[in-house]
Amino acid sequence: MDKEAIELDSVVIRFAGDSGDGMQLTGTQFTNTAALFGNDLATFPDFPAEIRAPQGTLAGVSGYQVHFGSNKINTPGDHCDVLVAMNAAALTANLKWLKTGGTIIVNTDGFDAKNLRLANIPEAENPLENGSLDKYAVKRIDITKISRAALADSGLGTKEIDRSKNMFVLGLIYWMYNRSIDGSVEFLKSKFKKNQAIADANIKLLKAGWNYGETTETFVSKIHVAPAKMEAGVYRSIMGNQALAYGLVAASQKSGIPIFLGTYPITPASDILHELSKLKNFGIRTFQAEDEIAGVCAAIGAAYGGSIGITSSSGPGIALKMEAIGLATMLELPLIVLNVQRGGPSTGLPTKTEQSDLMQALYGRNGECPVVVIAPQGPSDCFHMAYEAINIATRHMIPVFVLSDGYIANGAEPWKFPESKDLPEINVGFAAANTSGDKFMPYERDENLSRPWAVPGTAGLEHRIGGLEKQNVTGNISYDADNHEFMTKLRQDKVNKVADHIPLQTVDNGPDSGDLLVLGWGSTYGAIKTAVNTLRDNGKTVSHAHIRYLNPLPKNLGEVLSKFKQVLVPEMNSGQLVKIIRDKFMIDAMPLNKMQGQPFTTAEIVKKLEELV
Amino acid sequence: MSTLTDQTAPKLTPKDFASDQDVRWCPGCGDYSILKQVQTVMPDLGRKREEIVFISGIGCSSRFPYYMETFGMHSIHGRATAIATGLKASRPELSVWVVTGDGDSLSIGGNHFIHLLRRNLDINVLLFNNQIYGLTKGQYSPTSEQGKVTKSTPYGSIDHPFNPAALALGADATFVARSMDRDPKHLQGVIRKGYDHKGTSLIEIYQNCNVFNDGAFEIFTEKSSKKQEALFVEQGQPLLFGDNNEKGIILDGFTPRIVDIGSDHTADDCWIHNASDGVKANMLVRFFDDPAMEGHLPRPFGVFYAKERPTYEDALNGQIAAAIEKFGSGDIDKLIAGRETWTIN
Repeated sequence: MDKEAIELDSVVIRFAGDSGDGMQLTGTQFTNTAALFGNDLATFPDFPAEIRAPQGTLAGVSGYQVHFGSNKINTPGDHCDVLVAMNAAALTANLKWLKTGGTIIVNTDGFDAKNLRLANIPEAENPLENGSLDKYAVKRIDITKISRAALADSGLGTKEIDRSKNMFVLGLIYWMYNRSIDGSVEFLKSKFKKNQAIADANIKLLKAGWNYGETTETFVSKIHVAPAKMEAGVYRSIMGNQALAYGLVAASQKSGIPIFLGTYPITPASDILHELSKLKNFGIRTFQAEDEIAGVCAAIGAAYGGSIGITSSSGPGIALKMEAIGLATMLELPLIVLNVQRGGPSTGLPTKTEQSDLMQALYGRNGECPVVVIAPQGPSDCFHMAYEAINIATRHMIPVFVLSDGYIANGAEPWKFPESKDLPEINVGFAAANTSGDKFMPYERDENLSRPWAVPGTAGLEHRIGGLEKQNVTGNISYDADNHEFMTKLRQDKVNKVADHIPLQTVDNGPDSGDLLVLGWGSTYGAIKTAVNTLRDNGKTVSHAHIRYLNPLPKNLGEVLSKFKQVLVPEMNSGQLVKIIRDKFMIDAMPLNKMQGQPFTTAEIVKKLEELV
Repeated sequence: MSTLTDQTAPKLTPKDFASDQDVRWCPGCGDYSILKQVQTVMPDLGRKREEIVFISGIGCSSRFPYYMETFGMHSIHGRATAIATGLKASRPELSVWVVTGDGDSLSIGGNHFIHLLRRNLDINVLLFNNQIYGLTKGQYSPTSEQGKVTKSTPYGSIDHPFNPAALALGADATFVARSMDRDPKHLQGVIRKGYDHKGTSLIEIYQNCNVFNDGAFEIFTEKSSKKQEALFVEQGQPLLFGDNNEKGIILDGFTPRIVDIGSDHTADDCWIHNASDGVKANMLVRFFDDPAMEGHLPRPFGVFYAKERPTYEDALNGQIAAAIEKFGSGDIDKLIAGRETWTIN
């Protein structure tokens, strides 16, 4: 039978299961297929810090939400239309994200006595039996049983078969949304090319899932989500950490200066190391150091030698690096510090997102130690901001912080990627050999107050630098009172000079003046954009500006803000940018805060906006 | 990578390696001698000044780079080894030297110290050991002897000290040596051997702090006791010491024993030093007795262990060369586009 397709603008699916159930892979595969089909989309992986938390428990639930549509998609969606729940714990932990009337696809085998107990559900209150799911469309499938039956002759053990059952789910979802399984078949062939039996089993279950949708009466219709009307061009799907890595490589290639990454593994930043360590044929040196401090110090050593020194980490690792970042500021060497923020303080919430390291980046070093701070506003913007970080660091001989976060790092979106020939030039020059016979002056400055990059191996440039206060021009140690005041101001002026080279602040959405401006930074972009659109669609006047350059701020920011009666600053912290704005511009900016390790939902911002306009 | 050195350049002198900065160590400090020996050895290395980089951490010894007319960085406490690692890994053709002290390398920088040694970058580490914190005015250090009374240990230190040479061998260092500020020729020789060794060279230098720990190594350095208490090891030579080399060390099973040469034993019976023997080197660095102890072994000086193994930078840059050979130089547009793209018209 050929079931008819219903047309929808957008759909949100949440895959939820045990952390060993392969939900991240299932979600990623669906995302890639939707992207290739031409949907716009946004994703949100939500997983526990433990690699294998106790099986079947609430702590072990791993989720992946994907929002895809035929219109512009800015967020992974507040609530889902379809919830896949592989066991009782996954259902319990995720039901709150399902829209009333939404569809639940449950693996009934995950609701046996043991799974109920592990999910802290009394057996008498099995949600599949007690009527508590009546307001949803529940599709009960014994996925485990079907998978085992389908692979009975495969020669694989039960454990291996059970590990493949996520492919049944993927196949079924492909059928529901009228998608081809071909891309995933290719993926499985390549992923398991060394183990034909496993590849065959996964592909068989993928097809079994698709056929299940086609032949059973469980689903009466398919759903069709047309390709989005996006700007013409060539697209790919990109995740934040991947884009950061590619932006760095692009800047290295464009400038002709090799990359040296000194780092230490930490969630959620490690993927930057993984990406770059693959790219040896780009001349990239990656160094997995003994600790966070050695990572940044090795990057500084490489920068001193004429490489682009990069270090990557997350909150607690950044805290350890701060003394060395102060040294880089004093040495006036280019250094890139990538902070993929996570919930803090201390170890905090390693796999959860937060924007709580802005103050740390701006002020978290001893002495007065200003650095440049920039922040991407989404996964693909990571490419541009990483590229920009290297451009700024090398032009101004200064450390540059890039503040990403866990939400951006692991989120995916379609990206109309640039060609390298269209990227801005990065003009970096090392100081030339000094044959004049005059003593080389390492702290002589150009129009940006930037000093020469004088690398070892260059004749006549022998000089000594260090963390002790420097005399301007000569670079010699100086304890002189006036010199220290001069140099303290100079280091700030160096940062201020960067403002001459960055774009002016624009209003992203809505009129340039009015009653209310929503001012955001970093990963809140999508939620704010959608919320402001919602109000504007309802005839309200609201505007949205998003700051990507946090230090120095764009020169015209004060002017932009002055044209609005109210400014609201939503942040995933208890109010950090809002303090900066109030401090610099003396305006009564209002905070909107969320400290739950979760991104803002659109509804949360809409609610606040409705109170204000 | 090829060296930058131009062999036709006129030979430099020790003076060419002295910077224009006034040396500001306390008068009588052992650091003066070490600086002089390093400046003396430098011209013989045949390297240009701009190819040489001295990196230090924090402490009295770490002022060293300011006095060398080479490239230099006075960095932060304990991290010189890590900074030098990044520099050497990315610029293998440079001659990279780390100047550090017992506090800098063994306390705050202990972690980076052992990891540099195991990775084996071709870096020369000059560890000035004065068994005291001088710059902070006299607290005990991780090499101070137990019971030491200092400003921070008025009742005597209760810390068991590190034996830096043994620590280095434990970290799989490929070159481990000890010398002293008061023996210029010996120090010059060891520095030169350290430079010639391809791999990390750890040179522990006993250095007198005449202000806060005067005479700490006197028994090994003063004429009156040196020959009895210091054992100078030379490759292929028997372990002999004493005013007229009248004493020797033999291996009695696994136990080193002091014997008199002449009566029961000849020099040929003695332990013949072989710096490429890791097992014996581990025993030799354990000659670490308190000289006040009855029947103590003499303290050895010289190159205890030297055995090359591939350096980190060669392996790192070798992987890059191999990847370029195999895949060709990276194509940034291909990388950005990835494997799967789609076109919207």
